[in-house]
Amino acid sequence: MRYLPLTDTDRSEMLAKIGAGSIDDLFVDVPEVARLDGPIRDLPMHASEMAVERHMKARAAKNLAAGDAPFFLGAGAYRHHVPASVDHIIQRGEFLTAYTPYQPEIAQGTLQMLFEFQSQVARLYGCAVANASLYDGSTACWEAVAMATRVTRKKRAVLSGALHPHYSEVVRTMAHFTGDVIADSAPAIQAEPDLDGLTSRIDEDTACVVVQYPDILGRISDLTPVAEAAHAVGALLVVVNTEPVALGAIKAPGEMGADIVVGEGQSIGVGLQFGGPYLGLFAVRDPKHVRQMPGRLCGETTDAEGKRGFVLTLSTREQHIRREKATSNICTNSGLCALAFSVHMNLLGEKGLRELAAENHRLACLAADRLEKVPGVKLLNNTFFNEFTLMLDGKPAREIVRDLADRGVLGGVSLGRLYPGVEALEHALLVAVTETTTEEDIETLARELEASVKGAVQ
Amino acid sequence: MPRYYTDEHEWIDVEGDSATVGITDYAQEQLGDIVFVELPSVGTVLDKAGDAAVVESVKAASDVYAPISGEVTETNGALEEDPALVNSSPEEEGWFFRLSISDTAELEGLMDEKGYKAFVDSL
Repeated sequence: MRYLPLTDTDRSEMLAKIGAGSIDDLFVDVPEVARLDGPIRDLPMHASEMAVERHMKARAAKNLAAGDAPFFLGAGAYRHHVPASVDHIIQRGEFLTAYTPYQPEIAQGTLQMLFEFQSQVARLYGCAVANASLYDGSTACWEAVAMATRVTRKKRAVLSGALHPHYSEVVRTMAHFTGDVIADSAPAIQAEPDLDGLTSRIDEDTACVVVQYPDILGRISDLTPVAEAAHAVGALLVVVNTEPVALGAIKAPGEMGADIVVGEGQSIGVGLQFGGPYLGLFAVRDPKHVRQMPGRLCGETTDAEGKRGFVLTLSTREQHIRREKATSNICTNSGLCALAFSVHMNLLGEKGLRELAAENHRLACLAADRLEKVPGVKLLNNTFFNEFTLMLDGKPAREIVRDLADRGVLGGVSLGRLYPGVEALEHALLVAVTETTTEEDIETLARELEASVKGAVQ
Repeated sequence: MPRYYTDEHEWIDVEGDSATVGITDYAQEQLGDIVFVELPSVGTVLDKAGDAAVVESVKAASDVYAPISGEVTETNGALEEDPALVNSSPEEEGWFFRLSISDTAELEGLMDEKGYKAFVDSL
C-alpha cells in the first residue's frame, strides 16, 4: 500500500464532497462522552523517530520479559519454543497479505493451507470438522455456547467452575445481549474436579455444558460421564482446551463424547506476543452439526478438469449472505496465526508433537516433585499435564508472585489475580512448565519460593 | 384439494383443516441448485407471512414464509437426504411441511393457479 499524505486542501475537498463540515462531523454517531476533547494528555503531538525509539527502549527495559527470567506463567497462554523457520515461512510473499484471500481462482495456496490447518485441528480435537479459526479461545468458547443454543433451541449454558474465568467473563458479556442464561461458579480448591456437582446442575433447559480440559487448576479428568449426562437431556458437551500441546499426550475431547471442542491455539506456532493476536480453534465431532458452525470453512473439491482444489464452502451460514440470521457475526479468521500454527504442526509432525508433550510433562513432574518439598507449599493436583496448582502458606499468592518477581523469577499466576474477591483462592498459585523451562529454572523457583514463603510466614 | 399461491412463491394445498406447503417451480428455477433445506420442527407455531423455513442454494439462502398461520404437524424428511427434490419436483415430492390451519379466513387473498401464473408473467 502506498503512503499518500493529505494536505488540508485535500481534506476540505473530501469533506465538501460528502457534505461534512469537519472531521468531527464524521464522528457524530460516537457519544460525546466517549470522544477525546483534545490531544492525549502527556503525549507530544510529534517527535522524531530516534527520540521515540529511545523513549520506547527505556520503557521496555523496565519490563521483566518472559525470556529474561525463569518463567512459570501459564493460565491460558504458554511460552513454547517456536522454531525460527516458522517465522521465516509465514513471511514469504506467497502467504503474507494484508487480509485473507479467499477467491479460489487466485488463492489456492492460502485455501490449501486453511484446509490443512482445519485437518490438523480436527485430528487434534478428535472431531470431524474444524473451521478456519476464530479470534481466540475465549471468543471460540462463546461461539460454542451460541451454537449449542441454535442446535438445541434451549437457552441455558452450564459452565464448569474450573473454566478459565476470562472465558466465563466473555461468555457472560455476550450472553448479556442474547438473553442466554449462564450458570457458573468459582472452582473448588480440591485435588479432583467436582464433575458430580457439575452434572447435577444440568437440567432439561440446558443447551450445553462447558468444561475445560485440562481445567484452570491444571487437573485432567475423563469427561465421558459429563457427555453422557448432557446427552441424556439433549444438551451438548462443549470442551475447552487452552493448551493444545497437552493433546499430544492426553485423550482427544471428541473421543470422550464432546460435541463441540474449542480452544486457544497460541501454544503452537504463535508465541506469547504480549497477549495477542491469538488463535481461536473450533471443531465439531458430528458432521451433521457443520451447518450450525460459526466462521469460515474451507473444503476440498475438484475443478472443471477434475483436478483437486480448495474453496470456501457452506458460506450460506455467514453474515454476508444470511445477514442477521447468520450463525455468527465473525466473518473472518486469524489467518496468519492459523498459518503459523499449521507450519509449526507440520514441522513437528505427529511424532514430534507427542515428544514435545512428553517433554512438557516430564519437566512439569520434576517441578512438582521439587516444589512440593518446599516448606509451606502443597501440591493440589492429583493429575496435571504441564501446569499445576500450589497452595502456599502465609501471605496471599499475589504478594508472593510480586516478591518472586523482585527476586528475578516469574513464578506463576496467582488465582487471586484471576478471581479477585474470592477469598478461598487467595493462597493458590498456578505454575506452568514447558519445554523452554530448564532444570536450573526449577531449582531457582524452588529456592526463591522457599525464601518468599518463609518470609511471609514469619 | 384446492391449491393457493403467495406472492413470495410458496404454494399451499388445503385439505380440510390441514395444509401442505412448498415452493413453486418458478421459485426453484430462480434459486438454482438447492443444496440444503432447513425445516421448522414439528410443533412450531407459525404466523402468516412469518419465517417458516430456509432454502439454500450454492451461493444464497432464502427464507420461506408461512402462507397462513398454523402449527407444524409434519416435515418432509426426504429433503434432508436429497434437497435437490425441490428442484426436480418442487410442487409434489419436494414439499416442505404440513400444518394444521388456525384460521381458514387467512386463505382469502392468496392467489389461485391462474392468478399466480399472471403474477409470474408480470415479473
